[in-house]
Amino acid sequence: MKRLKGNGLKWLSLLLCGSLLVLSGCAASSAVDEAKEKKKESSTSETSDTVKVGILHSLSGTMAISEVSLRDAELMAIEEINESGGLLGKKIEPVIEDGASDWPTFAEKAKKLLQKDKVVTIFGGWTSASRKAMLPVVEQNNGLLWYPVQYEGMESSPNIFYTGATTNQQIVPAVSWLLQNKGKKFFLLGSDYVFPRTANKIIKAQLKAEGGQLVGEEYTPLGHTDYSTIISKIKDVKPDVVFNTLNGDSNVAFFKQLKDAGITAKDLTVMSVSIAEEEIRGIGGDVLAGHLAVWNYFQSTDTPENKVFVEKYKKKYGKDRVTDDPIEAAYFAVHLWAEAVKKAGSFDVDKVKKAADGIEYKAPSGTVKIDGETQHTWKIVRIGEIQPDGQFKELWNSGKAVKPDPYLKSYPWAKDLMN
Amino acid sequence: MIKKNWMYWLFFLALFLAPFYLTEFRLSLLGKFLCFAMIAIGISLIWGYTGILSLGHGVYFGLGAYCMAMYLKLEASGGRLPDFMEWSGVNQLPWFWKLFEHPIISISFAIIVPVLLAMFLSYFTFRNRIKGVYFSLLSQAIVVVFVTLFIGKQEWTGGTNGLTNFSTVFGFSLSSPLTQIVLYLLTVVLLLSMFLFSRGLTRNRFGRVLVAIRDSENRVRFLGFNPTTYKVFVYSLSAAFAGIAGAMFVLQVGLISPAMMGIIPSIEMVLWVAVGGRSSLIGAIIGAIVTNGAKSFFSENYPDIWLLFLGGLFIAVVLFLPNGLTGVYQSVRQRKKQGEVRANEASSHVLQRVSRF
Amino acid sequence: MSVFVTQLFNGLSLGSIMLFIAIGLAITFGLMGVINMAHGELIMVGAYATYVVQQFFAQYAPQSMDYYYIIAIPVSFFVSALLGLGLEKSLIRHLYHRPLDSLLATWGVSLILQQMARTIFGAPNVAVLPPEWLDGGVHVAGMVFPYKRLFILAFVAVSIFALYMYLNKTAAGRRIRAVTLNRDMAACLGISTQKVDAYAFAIGSGFAGLAGCALTLLGPIGPTIGTYYIVDAFMVVILGGVGKLIGTVLGAFGIGLIGTLTEYSTSATMAKVITFALIIVFLQWKPSGLVSMKTRSLD
Repeated sequence: MKRLKGNGLKWLSLLLCGSLLVLSGCAASSAVDEAKEKKKESSTSETSDTVKVGILHSLSGTMAISEVSLRDAELMAIEEINESGGLLGKKIEPVIEDGASDWPTFAEKAKKLLQKDKVVTIFGGWTSASRKAMLPVVEQNNGLLWYPVQYEGMESSPNIFYTGATTNQQIVPAVSWLLQNKGKKFFLLGSDYVFPRTANKIIKAQLKAEGGQLVGEEYTPLGHTDYSTIISKIKDVKPDVVFNTLNGDSNVAFFKQLKDAGITAKDLTVMSVSIAEEEIRGIGGDVLAGHLAVWNYFQSTDTPENKVFVEKYKKKYGKDRVTDDPIEAAYFAVHLWAEAVKKAGSFDVDKVKKAADGIEYKAPSGTVKIDGETQHTWKIVRIGEIQPDGQFKELWNSGKAVKPDPYLKSYPWAKDLMN
Repeated sequence: MIKKNWMYWLFFLALFLAPFYLTEFRLSLLGKFLCFAMIAIGISLIWGYTGILSLGHGVYFGLGAYCMAMYLKLEASGGRLPDFMEWSGVNQLPWFWKLFEHPIISISFAIIVPVLLAMFLSYFTFRNRIKGVYFSLLSQAIVVVFVTLFIGKQEWTGGTNGLTNFSTVFGFSLSSPLTQIVLYLLTVVLLLSMFLFSRGLTRNRFGRVLVAIRDSENRVRFLGFNPTTYKVFVYSLSAAFAGIAGAMFVLQVGLISPAMMGIIPSIEMVLWVAVGGRSSLIGAIIGAIVTNGAKSFFSENYPDIWLLFLGGLFIAVVLFLPNGLTGVYQSVRQRKKQGEVRANEASSHVLQRVSRF
Repeated sequence: MSVFVTQLFNGLSLGSIMLFIAIGLAITFGLMGVINMAHGELIMVGAYATYVVQQFFAQYAPQSMDYYYIIAIPVSFFVSALLGLGLEKSLIRHLYHRPLDSLLATWGVSLILQQMARTIFGAPNVAVLPPEWLDGGVHVAGMVFPYKRLFILAFVAVSIFALYMYLNKTAAGRRIRAVTLNRDMAACLGISTQKVDAYAFAIGSGFAGLAGCALTLLGPIGPTIGTYYIVDAFMVVILGGVGKLIGTVLGAFGIGLIGTLTEYSTSATMAKVITFALIIVFLQWKPSGLVSMKTRSLD
């Protein structure tokens, strides 16, 4: 009798152990069998009436500040396509995952979307680090990733489409414009990570070639909030232009403290590449008024498509929300993909990639076009001045869409950048 | 004892057989969790047994991972400069990178570097009798130093992006399912040997000294032991475990960045052990697997509010299960045992009475 | 010369911010021994409280917008204090004898508070516009001392003084110190340690709220701002030494000065590395911090 009791307990604990293992191993969401069934199903998923796409942005952690709006924009675009009858007769079903501002999580979730959910494409990412984490995953699984944020270039993966600006669609024209309009003495300020360092390396080469002068270069750790010393250094060297590649949060501290130190846009021009309408809302238009930013799209951009887009976005997510460049790039990425799918007549990654070359879409920022060779997008460059109400006043634009050149091959001074 | 053992064996057998019943994606997740379980064993040794709470094990994990990743990166670059160096303006491979061209050196460095750092730091810290909360917070400062350095020295470490985009290991493609299964099995073997080693360690006199240090360090000192030696040894051992875990993590996940060695991951490592039961080695392993499983589960199903669940889980564990999941199991067992004893006593009373008749 | 003076001022100013984020911890951690990882989130709550007050004024009393900040100061204190009180009563209370467990549980709390802030106020940063009377600065010999920095310096000085008076000159404050020094003895002498704990934790949390209110003048306000400050705050307290306010003050200004001076001569990244490395080395030499409480107990 005693022994039986003892054994019963052992069995119970064994059961507990085993169930723990199963629970954790397959994360309980779907039993193992179900997952396997899905694997078999993959070939038949074409016949069902929905098709899955993945949306992978940080919904928590430090990057949620920026990325949540991208998810909203992508969901809106998907809804539009579904309302107009879907794609190849199917409704698009978004599978939303949280990258949690953590790069291995991005890799894990991308893998999950491709292998378990069998999504036909992923829209996602913001930081370069998150893109770099997803890159090997999409390449190994032959998936598709649409990356909607401006970045440092020097990359063209066959499995990624880049709908944000590369350096020659943002930084390079901005530097040329500043040299012609604002002065020669540049001070480079950035957060200590890949984009600012690479961007500044390009800017330094360009300054050398176009007759500018570098008077200072500073990097601050991510999340840095005290800029009094940096501002002292800026005061010491008296630059004409501060080229600012700080990331979101640090910008708030930098501009607030710059204003407190008695420096306004009249005394010193700050050109930013990461401050869009969304960020201005978190800093305050008054603090930023008069400073400049370079993008491909502003909420104030005057096109008929943009009027509809802004109106729709505000109606859907609240009238105090704003649109900005990455939001727009995320939005038209979905439409570009849909156009490519229509042209290919299939969701198959290879066919979509092939069909994507030269696809055009009338985006809110103007007509955008996919460059088949680099898988980047042709875009119009715009420089704007920040107004107290948080909107941009456009000072200059490139007129027509600029061809993407992620490796800066068409610029002679950039030859030494890549060994 | 033997009867108790076979449960462990079955647990590990289940792990060994996982490639047969899990899909590729789930297997890679489980492989990652097992790497975390290795760290958890080390933390259980230093925290549960010795009473040192380290909030800095991300550093040792990261160092091990970087050592392995540097080798993989060089192999993937095929003799050319790694891509991030090119765009950071480095023209020549730095000398210390050259060492990592050899796989044996890289693998041994993945253990040696964390251990050396751990020995260096812990020797001074423990000799100066910094302990308890102070040690925990100091270990956080070390994390800040390393993470800031690794981000700042982009030309050597890849900055925030870290090292990624590997292709092969010893010539085998990292993306092939077979390599992944082999790596997974290797992880299980390593985990098992760490578990057995630690178990052996805690079961003899050495383990009892550790527990004595946890409960009253000064008494141990008065008894003629030198607690510093014990603490430095066990701390370095846990660093070695974390280093190995890092190397295996890189092989399976294919990515390491400073974010993985930061303060948040370091605290999470402690939480795994807390959830599983801090003074139980098997509990630490289960805790690492369950916590991370729960994290994946919640974030897959409730991407908007999963932090609420996770936060709630930690509070609940600390408040209601101070000894973690294994604590629940043990208390159930104890209650059962007491019940049995009482039943035995009762029955013997009855027998005695009967025998009088 | 002017460079040196400016840097000295910058250092003092950074020190005053460090001190602000650490005062609350000096009470909850220094005096009570609770490792409150949610301290950063209490700062965040204070900052959001300031934001809410601003929005309230913008909506209902736009003509007195200039004075919203005056109202925001007590509001942020009380909102954080109330939240702290709730935390103490429901959670911390059970963990006094387990400091390392308090770390884990409050980490969970911080996750929850972050997510709640994200749900209520949205993920992006919100803007708090500093009142106009704090714009500009004092100009002396070509140097500018911004009013906001001066205000924060004064603000933190008043706060520290008030706290000092409270702890040393009032009966309630003396009870807190008595419990800190010897909990059992204090209990024997008829002090309700439970009550004292609750008030002390609430006050510590309230100071975190004040810090949040002050930080709105300088930095971003978003769901994750707490994570920026939490480690710094703990460093200040352990560098200063536990149990004495003066230690916290010294620790904060020490870190502030070292930080800005090294940053001026190197870079912000190196300054951070050097500052933290110096703290680690210093604590090896003096494990109990700059100012330590004398005690006869061994453990």
